[in-house]
Amino acid sequence: MAETHSLQDIRQQAAIAAKVFIQRDYTNGTVCQFQTKFPSELETRIDKQQFEETVRTLNNLYAEAEKLGGQSYLEGCLACLTAYTIFLCMETHYEKVLKKIGKYIQEQNDKIYAPRGLLLTDPIERGLRVVEITIFEDRSTGSGR
Amino acid sequence: MSAVMVTRKVTRKWEKLPGKNTFCCDGRVMMARQKGVFYLTLFLILGTCSLFFAFECPYLAVHLSPAIPVFAILLFLFVIAMLLRTSFSDPGVLPRALPDEATFIEMEIEAANGNVPTGQRPPPRIRNVQINGQIVKLKYCYTCKIFRPPRASHCSICDNCVDRFDHHCPWVGNCVGKRNYRYFYLFTLSLSLLTIYIFTFDIVHVVLRSVDSGFVLVCFFTLWSVVGLTGFHTYLISLNQTTNEDIKGSWSGKNRVQNPYSHRNFGKNCCEVLCGPVYPSVLNQRELLQEEAAGPAAPAAPETSAGAGGPESSTTKTTAPLIPNEHTPEDARPSIAAPPARSSSPGEEKPPAPQDPASSSSSSSPSRETDPAQAKEKTQ
Repeated sequence: MAETHSLQDIRQQAAIAAKVFIQRDYTNGTVCQFQTKFPSELETRIDKQQFEETVRTLNNLYAEAEKLGGQSYLEGCLACLTAYTIFLCMETHYEKVLKKIGKYIQEQNDKIYAPRGLLLTDPIERGLRVVEITIFEDRSTGSGR
Repeated sequence: MSAVMVTRKVTRKWEKLPGKNTFCCDGRVMMARQKGVFYLTLFLILGTCSLFFAFECPYLAVHLSPAIPVFAILLFLFVIAMLLRTSFSDPGVLPRALPDEATFIEMEIEAANGNVPTGQRPPPRIRNVQINGQIVKLKYCYTCKIFRPPRASHCSICDNCVDRFDHHCPWVGNCVGKRNYRYFYLFTLSLSLLTIYIFTFDIVHVVLRSVDSGFVLVCFFTLWSVVGLTGFHTYLISLNQTTNEDIKGSWSGKNRVQNPYSHRNFGKNCCEVLCGPVYPSVLNQRELLQEEAAGPAAPAAPETSAGAGGPESSTTKTTAPLIPNEHTPEDARPSIAAPPARSSSPGEEKPPAPQDPASSSSSSSPSRETDPAQAKEKTQ
């Protein structure tokens, strides 16, 4: 919500030209992964490599969140023994990674996307279905320079 | 006085969510609308157990072992905890597409279909994806305006798409899906253990005291239905299938279609379903929304709808009016409205007048972070 709030701030100065939605990639099952295919709308704004790097990092983070292994099994069994009341006072591994993803997206927006008149929206705000990239109309009016 | 009025006006996201769910406790509890059978379930479990504790346990505790009622109480508490957890949690509802995303999908569909002559039926909205080497069809949901992810299905009772949809269970008064399937399974498993336990000690009691008890009969009949259900779900879990897929025969083996989600290993399938990662709710039901009348949300609202439909429709000429969506005003609001509490919260440092997108987006922090209490409440 905070993210969309900043989005609203930007909108006061720059109009939205278009929105691009990066869809989920289901080739490896229902694990949350996004397609690394470069959308043509972004061609004038950002390098292909830079975009792919962002999506790949996001994918790695989601893979980490949904990894099956000793740690997730331990968490599951421990929670089951306490009838899942432990989650009232403990954060799940997934939630920790989601925070990390939120930080990463904010950092990418600050460093790479916002100066180019783009804005990433955290996928969790869109139900983990898409990565929404907002393209703003004109960089110069947006930055007020 | 006006400050009191403002705090009372706080709207949370759950109040605006489309679909036919009901919410209690300010959005912490989410259930289907029809709850009659759920109350029956509660009544049956509570009734049977209180009879057991009142009439059998005192005798068994004195003559056999005091551990018998203790274990029964533990099991009983576990059953109730699992039942409430299944009933009250978000089953994995997929939020509907916001107008922008819906327009984007609509445009993609039209681009894929090409020009359909008027009067001719457009082709079905299906997208094929390959999952672990299997082609799976994703169907478009006309209500939620999305291509349903694999394994998701639209629940007609709750009017929402639910991820890894298993079935809508009237007994627990909720859908059973990705987020509450394990609780549902543990509920049926612990309930069958409890029924077997009560049944066994009932017989012991009858034999020891040679009294007649109609209770045995009741237990005998519930036993088979509950144990049968547990057995069925154990079979499904070991194959990593959902009830929905089993009924539809999606992976029945004909046409060489096999379940692409299965690990081909009973142990691993069970571990994934029962001990896998705990998925967070993507609904964010308790998030704060701004009132229509208050703040800059009202002037911003028409601007967004114009921004969503305006430039895109002018360039592509696809949908002159924004796709018919009865929820447009509600859906539009979360994307543009700033929560009153958030925007004025002292913890969040926000530049009063952002000069460029970079500085304004630096104030953006994920909503989960700003309100840890809220994140915790969601898991309840």
